[in-house]
Amino acid sequence: MKGNAGLSEHLPQAVRPPGTLPRLLPAGAGASPASLAGHLARYGPPPAGLGQRQRESLIAEVARAGLTGRGGAGYPTARKLGAVAAGRAPVVLANGTEGEPASAKDKVLMTRSPQLVLDGAVLAAEMVGARQAVIVVHPAARRIIDDAVAERARARFDQVRIRVCTASERFVAGQASAVVHWIEQGVPAPTASPPRVSERGLRGAPTLVQNVETLAHLALIARYGAAWFRALGTPAEPGSMLVTVLGAVREPVCAEIAAGTPVGQVLDLADGRSAPLQALLLGGYFGDWVSATVAMDRPFSAAGLADLGAGTGAGVIAALPAGACGLKETARVVRYLAGESAGQCGPCRFGLDAIAGQVERLAYGRSADPGLLHRWLGQVDGRGGCAHPAGVIRLIRSSLRIFDAELRQHAMGWCCGTASVLPVPQRRTR
Amino acid sequence: MTAGTSQDTVRLRVDFIACDGRGLCAEALPELVTLDDWGFPIISDRTVPPWLLADAREIVRACPKLALRLDRGQPALRADGPGAW
Amino acid sequence: MSAFSGSQALWFVSRASGLVLLAAFSAAVVLGVAARLGSAPKRWSRLALGELHRTLALFSISFLGLHVATAIRDPYVTIGWAATVLPFASPYRTAAISLGALAVDIGGAVLITSLARQRLGYRGWRAVHWLAYLAWPAAFAHSVTAGNDLRIWWVALVEEGCAFAVATAMVARLLCWWRVPPERPLG
Repeated sequence: MKGNAGLSEHLPQAVRPPGTLPRLLPAGAGASPASLAGHLARYGPPPAGLGQRQRESLIAEVARAGLTGRGGAGYPTARKLGAVAAGRAPVVLANGTEGEPASAKDKVLMTRSPQLVLDGAVLAAEMVGARQAVIVVHPAARRIIDDAVAERARARFDQVRIRVCTASERFVAGQASAVVHWIEQGVPAPTASPPRVSERGLRGAPTLVQNVETLAHLALIARYGAAWFRALGTPAEPGSMLVTVLGAVREPVCAEIAAGTPVGQVLDLADGRSAPLQALLLGGYFGDWVSATVAMDRPFSAAGLADLGAGTGAGVIAALPAGACGLKETARVVRYLAGESAGQCGPCRFGLDAIAGQVERLAYGRSADPGLLHRWLGQVDGRGGCAHPAGVIRLIRSSLRIFDAELRQHAMGWCCGTASVLPVPQRRTR
Repeated sequence: MTAGTSQDTVRLRVDFIACDGRGLCAEALPELVTLDDWGFPIISDRTVPPWLLADAREIVRACPKLALRLDRGQPALRADGPGAW
Repeated sequence: MSAFSGSQALWFVSRASGLVLLAAFSAAVVLGVAARLGSAPKRWSRLALGELHRTLALFSISFLGLHVATAIRDPYVTIGWAATVLPFASPYRTAAISLGALAVDIGGAVLITSLARQRLGYRGWRAVHWLAYLAWPAAFAHSVTAGNDLRIWWVALVEEGCAFAVATAMVARLLCWWRVPPERPLG
C-alpha cells in the first residue's frame, strides 16, 4: 500500500500489511502466542533508530490515522503523545490492568499478541523520547508477557528498557493515576489531579499512560501508515477495535471488529444469541443499557449509538436475555462498584453506598424511595476524585430508562426474573 | 495574573481526595457551596463573582485540609472528563 | 503610695502577661481540638472555631513578646536574650527558662509553618503542627517552675483550669484518633 513514503521503506518486500481482520489478534486459534520471529514474519520489523524528525513525523502519522484511546475514554492518542513528548525525561506506561470484570479484550490481546503490545510500548517510548516503558499486566498475562520481554532482551531487540509489573485487580486500579500510585506505593487508588500524569506521573516524570490495545494499534500504524489504519472503520472512528461479547450468547468471545460494525453482526461473532434478548449493556460497567431490538441494527460506534445515550466504552457488549431482570443485574453491579470505591472521597465512599442500597430496594421489591434515589444521583454525579461515581450513575440512569416497565412491576410487587448474567467478582467486605 | 486575564474566569474547586467534609466552605460561601447529604461540598460551576473573590480566597486559606483552590481561566471540568489523563 | 519600683513593675508585668499567655495558649489548644472534632454542640460553627483558634494563637504572640521582653529587661534577674530560644542559656532558673525556650521554639515553628501553610502543603504543615502538643506541656511546666506565684490562690486556680481544659482536649483528640483511625484507601 502507498502510505507515507518514509514509513514502509523499512519493510521487507515479502511482508504485506494485513488486508482484512484480524489485525491485532492472530489469524488462527493457536495455542500459544507467536514467537518474536513469528511475530516479525507476520508484521515485519517495526521502525527503529528513530531520530527527532522521524519521531515527530510518526506522531503526525498517528494523528492522521485518528487513533483514539481504547481504554474507554477515547482520547486522541496523538494529542497525548505530543503533550508527553514535550516534557522532560518522560516514561511510558502500558496499561493492561483491565479492572472491568466484563471485559476480557486486554487479557486476550496480551496473551495472544504479546509482542505486538510490546512493540507498541517501545515505539511509544521512542516517539515521546522515553528511555523506559513499564508494562502493567493483568495477573493472567504476566507469565506470557515476561517470556515475551525475555525473548526481546535475548535478541537485544530494543533500545528502550522494559519493566513488567503485575496489576492490581481492583476495579479502579486501571485509572491512569491509580496505576502510577499502584506502582509507586502499592495502593491502586487515583491521586489528585492537577497535575495530570502526563505532566507529573511515575516518579514525577511526564508519563504516557495508554491502554495496551491502543499501543498495539500504534505499533501497526507505525509500520503501515495512517491510510492503512483508516481502511477499516468509519471516517470519524477509524480502524479496528477489540470487543468482548458475553451474556446470553452461544459462544462468549473476544473478537476484533471494524469500528461501526452493526451490533447484530457483532453478536453473530459470538455465534448469536442463546435466548431472546431484552436489552444490551454497551461499553462496560460504566456504559449504558439499551433496548436489544433498537440497538441490533445500529453501528457499534460512538456516532451510531449516540442518540441511544450510549457509546462503545471499553468495547463490551453484554446480552441480557428476556428471562433475566435488568434491575437486579444492575443492582448487583452497582453494589459491586460501590464496594470498589477507593474510599478516598466522601461522595463516592458514602454516596455510592447509599445509592446502591436504594437501587437494591428497587430491584428486590423492597420499599424504595425513588425521590431519594434521584436526589442522591443528582448530588453525587460528577463529583469525586475520579470518574468512578459518574460512571456508576450513568449505568443507573440508563437502567431506569430502559427497565421502566420492570420498575412499575416491581412497585406492584412482581418480579420478572433472575440475575446472574453479568460477572461480578466476589469481594472481601471493606 | 498577567494583564488581560479577566477575573471573571475564576472558579472555586475542591480536591475531593483531600476533603474531609468539615463544612467550613459551605458556611463561608453559601452562595457557591452547599453540602450534600453526607456533609461534602457541592461547589457551583459558575465563576466566582468579584464581590465574593476576597471571601473565596479566605476560605481557600482557611480550609483545614487545604482542599480548596481557585482555578483561573479554565473551562468547567468534570471528574469524568478527558482532562484526567 | 506606689508599691512598685521600676524593676518590680517589669517583673510584675512579666508574670501577669505570662499568666494571660498561658490562658490564651490553653484556649487556643482547646479551640484547635474543638475545631478538629467538630465538637458538640453541632450548631457551633466549625469555621468560627477554627478562625478563633487561629486568631487567639496569633494574638498570643503579642503577649509572648511582652512577657519575654519584660523578663529579660528586668535587671533583678539575669536571663539574657539568648535564653528566649536557646535552652540552658539562662543562669537564672536554667531548667525553668529552658522549658520556656522550648515552648517558644516550637511555637515559632508552628507559627511560621501555619503562615506559609498554602505554600508548604498540608502534610508538611500538619507534621509541625502536631508538635504543638509538646509545646503546651513545656509552657505549662515553665509557668509552674519559673515563678513563685502558685502560692497565690487565684493563680493556682487559673493554672489548674488551664491544665484541666487542655488535658480534656488532648484526651478527646486521642480518643477520636483511636476510634476513627486515618483512612487507608485500598491499602
